[in-house]
Amino acid sequence: MSTGQIATTAPPARRRLMPIVVSDTLAIAWRGVITYRRVPQLLVFSTIQPVVFVVLFRYVFGGAIHVPGVDYVDYLMPGIFVQTAVFGAIATAIGLATDVQSGLLERFRSLPMARSAVLTGRTIADLFRNVFVVILMAGVGFLVGWTVHTNAAKLVAALLLVLLFGYSMSWVFATVGLVLGNPESAQAAAFPVMAPLVFASSAFVPVETMPGWLQPFAEHQPVSVTASAARALTLGTPATSYVLQSLAWVAGILLVFVPIAVRRYRRAV
Amino acid sequence: MTDPAIRVEGLTKRFDTVTALDGIDLEIPARTVFGLLGPNGAGKTTTIRVLSTILKPDAGRAEVLGRDVVRQAKEVRTQIGLAGQSATVDPNLTGRENLRLIGRLVHLPRREAARRIDALLDRFQLVAAADRPVRTYSGGMRRRIDLAAALVNRPPVLFLDEPTTGLDPYSRNEVWAMIGELVDDGTTVVLTTQYLEEADRLASRVAVIDEGRVIANDPPAQLKARLGSTVIEIGLADEPTAKRAHDVLASTSTLSPELENSTVRLTTHEGARLLVDALRALDGKAIVPTTLSVREPSLDDVFLALTGHHAEEAAA
Repeated sequence: MSTGQIATTAPPARRRLMPIVVSDTLAIAWRGVITYRRVPQLLVFSTIQPVVFVVLFRYVFGGAIHVPGVDYVDYLMPGIFVQTAVFGAIATAIGLATDVQSGLLERFRSLPMARSAVLTGRTIADLFRNVFVVILMAGVGFLVGWTVHTNAAKLVAALLLVLLFGYSMSWVFATVGLVLGNPESAQAAAFPVMAPLVFASSAFVPVETMPGWLQPFAEHQPVSVTASAARALTLGTPATSYVLQSLAWVAGILLVFVPIAVRRYRRAV
Repeated sequence: MTDPAIRVEGLTKRFDTVTALDGIDLEIPARTVFGLLGPNGAGKTTTIRVLSTILKPDAGRAEVLGRDVVRQAKEVRTQIGLAGQSATVDPNLTGRENLRLIGRLVHLPRREAARRIDALLDRFQLVAAADRPVRTYSGGMRRRIDLAAALVNRPPVLFLDEPTTGLDPYSRNEVWAMIGELVDDGTTVVLTTQYLEEADRLASRVAVIDEGRVIANDPPAQLKARLGSTVIEIGLADEPTAKRAHDVLASTSTLSPELENSTVRLTTHEGARLLVDALRALDGKAIVPTTLSVREPSLDDVFLALTGHHAEEAAA
């Protein structure tokens, strides 16, 4: 590679455009992953909470919840994965808001780097973190008696779908973080967005047990269809329709929020 | 004469209803330190942010080394470094990791970056702290790593936004020394400051900015000459006494005192002799000062002389 001396002439960007976007994104992602290693509280926060949920629903509420034809733990775990991925996306909002506040984004904006890399790098780092957390949660699931009724390939497909969905949610919360520009408000704002998606969903209880007015929302919203898809893939029930619905949500969310977040980043001060 | 490193014409920037820059014109010679002096909110930082391509101006234009900061923003970014209040590093990465991150983002070849980073850590006396997270650094170390981060790509133009605000005198002197070295190496430095002393010490030319406008643009010696170089403040027991003291001093033909509440202020080129004259005149009328201070002019004095109002009022 011939980057040469620090340019006194314009860098001929065309030919190198792709590699620069990729290497800048990886550099930012590397920074994000180091942050998770350096500040383990961030990881602990996003792992303890789902573990508590598993224990709570498996042993405290679970006895009172009856899902016909399924062991509740087998119903629960796919929902927990999705909840974990969605809650993890709050970290994207907090991380970006912190960078806005500290002035780190100002530095990035003064560098000859690919502008998109700041957001793609950050969301990729959060995806790495989600891989770690989801694998850990699967381990916890097996410990409390979760059984996969299909095969390893379908389990992996279920987890990949959850990770993909979590990645799309990272872009939603990247937007929240950039708009608010303050980690405390980003965290406070995230919960009201998160709660109806996670709780008015099929993640923990079947939608049929909810009041009639809530059911149309609860049945079709993204957390529900993703949880249902992951559940169908691990229980062995028909999965295709749910998987397609979930992928449609992922595509829709990315199509809407990637441009919003990128535009917001260009303007953020 | 060589081309100026930076040329700014009619630069204007509004935020909602606030006019942050109201037609700034500047020419900054290459390989010098140029000071932007003004109170908070005057438009210094906004000027730096436009010049470093972070903000787009609403009107006017600016060029860094002949490249337009809007139309050729990418090229400008290869020529500049930015440090100070508005640009920072990641507190969770170590000093070395931060510099490595910048090295990757400015696309230095890995080996060259490693050499450059070692040299910077050495020069900024951060070798011992290089592998500790920056959040454990002291204020002075923090400012040095910020400065080092701005220098990874050897920028010919360096923007420093209040580089010494909040530093103790020792760290401030260190930063000043480093800025001096950079200019010796051929860097053009543009720095903002609220301290006349800092501008005087470092800059070969100073633009005083007030409410988004350049109200003076001179070498610091001339700026101070317009002010008088020393300010004597005589505090009196109460306002009537101060009024009497003022009248006594005013009647002396060589003095031109200003009265403010119970303080009389004298601005002069010849502090020592004038002080003796002033005290003798007051003593002759049996007026006894309660406080007395002799100091170099401050930003506030510059403002008073140039605009007739105090620096704080300008910020409000």
